[in-house]
Amino acid sequence: MKRKKRIATVSLAGCFGCHMSLLDMDEHILELMELAEFDRSPLTDFKTFSRRCDIGVIEGGCCNEENVHTLQEFRKHCDVLVAVGQCAIMGGLPVMRNAIMHSEDPLRECLEEAYSSSAKVYNPSNQIPNDAALPLLLDKVYTCAEVVKIDYQIPGCPPTGEVLWATLAALIKGEPAPQEYHMIKYD
Amino acid sequence: MSTEFEFSVDGETIVAKPGQTIMDACDDAGVYIPRLCDVEGLVPQGSCRVCTVKVNGRTAAACTQPAEPGVTVENDTPQVQGYRRDLVRMLFHEGNHLCPICEASGRCELQAMAYRLGISQDSLYPYLQPVRPVDASHPDIALDTNRCILCGRCIRASRDVDGKNIFEYVGRGIHKRIGVNAENLAASDASIDDYAMSLEVCPVGCIIRKREGFFAPIGQRQFDNKPIGWEIEARHKNRIAVHQIDPSEEQS
Ligand code: SF4
Ligand code: SF4
Ligand code: SF4
Ligand code: FES
Repeated sequence: MKRKKRIATVSLAGCFGCHMSLLDMDEHILELMELAEFDRSPLTDFKTFSRRCDIGVIEGGCCNEENVHTLQEFRKHCDVLVAVGQCAIMGGLPVMRNAIMHSEDPLRECLEEAYSSSAKVYNPSNQIPNDAALPLLLDKVYTCAEVVKIDYQIPGCPPTGEVLWATLAALIKGEPAPQEYHMIKYD
Repeated sequence: MSTEFEFSVDGETIVAKPGQTIMDACDDAGVYIPRLCDVEGLVPQGSCRVCTVKVNGRTAAACTQPAEPGVTVENDTPQVQGYRRDLVRMLFHEGNHLCPICEASGRCELQAMAYRLGISQDSLYPYLQPVRPVDASHPDIALDTNRCILCGRCIRASRDVDGKNIFEYVGRGIHKRIGVNAENLAASDASIDDYAMSLEVCPVGCIIRKREGFFAPIGQRQFDNKPIGWEIEARHKNRIAVHQIDPSEEQS
């Protein structure tokens, strides 16, 4: 019997909507389980790779150093990397901070707006969270392809379960990901 | 006496009338040439270059290039489509395009052109993420110039159809943007009934008609089921208006 393909998935600066869409492939999920097993993924809750994987599915772009590190790990451990969703491909909503924050000290201004200066914030300590456990924010949000080599991009916010199934089914067979007209949607 | 003449597009014979541009003649024949700055009813300005074709081996803008007897035009070839893909990509990289939250999504010509050209893979251009002004001063209309592709359709519509000259280009190079001929939109004599403010004019989500956003549900929007240009292709008896993207072309 042929060994099952191994798939890893992760949400970087994403909302998990793309993962929800992955679960939205209806009964194809049963077929997928026949053909593949999930390694490192929020679906298995494995936090590290147990072995080399055939396919890595990335949701979300990079907004902090942990995202970059994770993405590099995925590149190292997966044969084929698929960036899924507008956040991974163009930065999505998080990327708005790149454009909003054109100031002398953009990151600080953004954090102050979020944690102290905005009229809507209740924060008596007036502290911006600075626990050592928190990953360092990047100067701006980067797309996945700006950080590592990406093999395929499946746009959409999120791409439909049907499109994700068609993509995974092709990659499992060792074929290139299909890029048909109806599969390209940016919203 | 017939003064019509012929030229060829991708090996097909097209009949043109004197005075027609390559694009006019192709439109009549049901051969679609992609375009963004040109739209029926406005004077062509030839600025976006998405309609680039090769005429006897040299690139030209089909919307302004007069058709001539016997010329050989390349339109739907990998090389020409590649130029267009790069041009459209650059428009995405130059502005702030967040389709998931844009009210023009689904009826946006830039987005529809990207779909038609099969743009899904990454490009090497950086995202410039500029900060451009949003003018929400007018009671019925807003301008989000972050999405403006500088096609000038609003300028021509306001000047030539409405006779108002509300819009103009200001600045140069990368700083070029659309300006309003007054302190702001509210201070101009812009009206929601102007042709320039109609849905046909602005190809993207820059000119916003307030309180009218997201009027069509997903699945029923202008380009949800039919590619941009389908109505021109539908004039062609033998053409099938379904576009299959060749992945080998895009992923190289
Ligand atoms: S692309 Fe959309 S659904 Fe996917 S992570 Fe981003 S916001 Fe969420
Ligand atoms: S204007 Fe068009 S391309 Fe730009 S964000 Fe809106 S839908 Fe997307
Ligand atoms: S506002 Fe719209 S119509 Fe005017 S130049 Fe910009 S994109 Fe074109
Ligand atoms: S449509 Fe011809 S240059 Fe824009």
